[in-house]
Amino acid sequence: MEFISQHPVLVASIVKIAVLLFIVMTALAYLTWMERKLIAHIQSRWGPYYVGAHGLLQPLADGLKFLFKEDVTPPVADRLVYTLAPFLALTLGLTAIALIPFGPPSIPFPFLRGQEAFSVADVSIGLLFVFAITSIGVYGVALAGWSSNSKYPLMGGLRSSAQMISYEVSLTMSVVGVVLLAGTFNFNEIISGQQGYYLHFIPRWHVVPQIVGFLCYLTAAIAETNRIPFDLPEAETELVAGFHTEYSSFKFAMFFMAEYANMITVSCLATILFFGGWLSPFPERWAWQLFLPGAGLILLGIYCAYDTLAEMRGIARIQLSVVTLLCLVGGAICLYPPVAAVIQGPFWFTTKILIILFFYIWLRGTLPRFRYDQLMSFGWKLLLPVSLANLVVTAAYFVFGWVKHG
Amino acid sequence: MSLPFLIFAICAILAVAGAILLIAAKEPIHSALALILVMISLAVLYLLLGAPFIAAVQIIVYAGAIMVLFVFVIMLLNMGVEERTNFSKLAKYAGVPLGVLLLFAIAHFLAHSSAGTAIANGAAGTASSSTRDLSTQLFQQYLFPFEATSILILVAVLGALVLARKE
Repeated sequence: MEFISQHPVLVASIVKIAVLLFIVMTALAYLTWMERKLIAHIQSRWGPYYVGAHGLLQPLADGLKFLFKEDVTPPVADRLVYTLAPFLALTLGLTAIALIPFGPPSIPFPFLRGQEAFSVADVSIGLLFVFAITSIGVYGVALAGWSSNSKYPLMGGLRSSAQMISYEVSLTMSVVGVVLLAGTFNFNEIISGQQGYYLHFIPRWHVVPQIVGFLCYLTAAIAETNRIPFDLPEAETELVAGFHTEYSSFKFAMFFMAEYANMITVSCLATILFFGGWLSPFPERWAWQLFLPGAGLILLGIYCAYDTLAEMRGIARIQLSVVTLLCLVGGAICLYPPVAAVIQGPFWFTTKILIILFFYIWLRGTLPRFRYDQLMSFGWKLLLPVSLANLVVTAAYFVFGWVKHG
Repeated sequence: MSLPFLIFAICAILAVAGAILLIAAKEPIHSALALILVMISLAVLYLLLGAPFIAAVQIIVYAGAIMVLFVFVIMLLNMGVEERTNFSKLAKYAGVPLGVLLLFAIAHFLAHSSAGTAIANGAAGTASSSTRDLSTQLFQQYLFPFEATSILILVAVLGALVLARKE
C-alpha cells in the first residue's frame, strides 16, 4: 500500500495500460468480426454464423487456430529480421493508442489523487508523438517483405514503403491546418478548443472549417494503413498476399492485429482532430443525452432478446441470452446518473470511432483497388497539392487577421 | 538508482551498441536497423534532457523518413552481403588509438564546459524547451540560417534530379 501511495503515476499508468491493452485486444478481435459481418452483408452473404450466435465467438476460434498452427520460418529467410518484423508492427501499432485521451481529463482516476482516468499519457506534443510512432510503423511491413527472401513479399514490402513515404507527407500536411486552428499539439487542448456551437446547435468541430483537410486526411490515412482501395502491398491478385506471404501461425496474426490497431489509431486521430474527440455533438442544455449510452444498450438488449426467442435454436439461444443479459444489466448501470456522467466522454469517443471504422469497412466493400501508377500520381499530383493549398489558405486566415487565435 | 538514470543507462548502452553494430554488420539491412536503433535511443535521451519536440522530430525525420528511404533503396537494389577487405595497417595501429583519444578529448571538453556542468546539475532543459519557444527562436533569431539550409537542400534535390536525368 505504501508503494502505491508513493508512486501514484507509476501505479496508475500500469493499471491503465493493462486495462487499455485488454480493451484494445478485444476490440481488435471483434473488429475482424465486424468487418467480416459487414462485408458479408454488403455482398449479400451471412458471414461468420456458426461459431457462437451470429458468429460472435469466431474471433476466439480464429485466435486459437492461429496459436496452434505450425510456425514455419522459411530456411532462406533472415531469421532475426523475420522474427522482429511482426513484433515491431504490432508493438508500434499498440503504442500509438496509449497517447489517445478517451475521455475528459477532469475525470479522476479512482483512489489516486491527481491522476487522469481516461488517458495513459497526456503528452504536451501528443500529435507529434503519434506521428513519430506511426512513421516507424513502416518498418514492420518493409522488413517483413525483405526478410522473407522471396519475390512476392519483396514486391509487397517495396510497394508499401514507397506508398507510405508518399502518403505520409499528405497525411502530415492535412493535419497542420487543425494544429494552426488549435494552436497546440496536445490532444486534450485540441479537443477542448472545439467546444461551442455554430447557430446554437451545430458543434464547432474542426471538420467544418477544415473539411478539405479532413478529406485529405481520410484518404491519406486509408493509404497509410494499407486498406482498400490502397492495399497494393498485399494485392492478392498480383502478389499472393504481399509482404506477409511467407508468414504463418501467430506471426501472421500479429500483422493482422497490427493492421487493425493502425486502423483504430487513425480513426482515433480523425475523431480527435476533426470531430471533437470526447465532446458530445449535442448542446449541454439537452440533459437527456446523459442517458443515451444506457438507453442504447437497453435497446440493443431488447433486440437481442427478441432475436433469441424468435431466431435462435439450441446452444446459440443460450449464448445470445447471455449477451442479452449483459446488455440489459450494463444498460441499467449506465442509466445510473453518476455512472452516466463519467462514461459520457468515452461513449461519444467510441461512437465516433465506430462510425469512422464503419466507413473504412464500407469502402472496402465498395471500391476496387487502385493501379500502382494511379496510386502514386494520385498521392503526389492531387492529394499533396490540395492539402498544401488547404494549409496555405488556413495560414492566410491567421496572417490577415480574419480570425482570432484561440 | 533513479528511474531517469536507469533509462539513460539503457539508452546510452543501446546507442553505443547500435553504433558498433552498424559498422560491424555485414548485411546492409542490419546496418540500417542498427542505425535506426541509434536514432531512437538518441531520441529517448533528448526526452530525458527535457526536449520532447526535438525527440519527436528526431524520430519522424531521421528514423521515420530518411532511414525508410535507406531501407527502401537497399531493398530495391537487393544488395548482397558486403565483402570485407583486410584492414589497412594504418587504420589498425594508428586509427583506433587516435579514435579513442578523440573520444576522451570530447568527453573531457564536455565535462568541463559550462553546458556540460549545467546538464549534469539538471539545470539545462528548463530554458527553452517548449515548441513555441523553439519556433520563435528558429523563425526570428535564426531565420537566415534556417532559410539558407532549406535552399541548400533544394539545390541538393535539383542536383540529384539532374544526375538521374542524364542516363
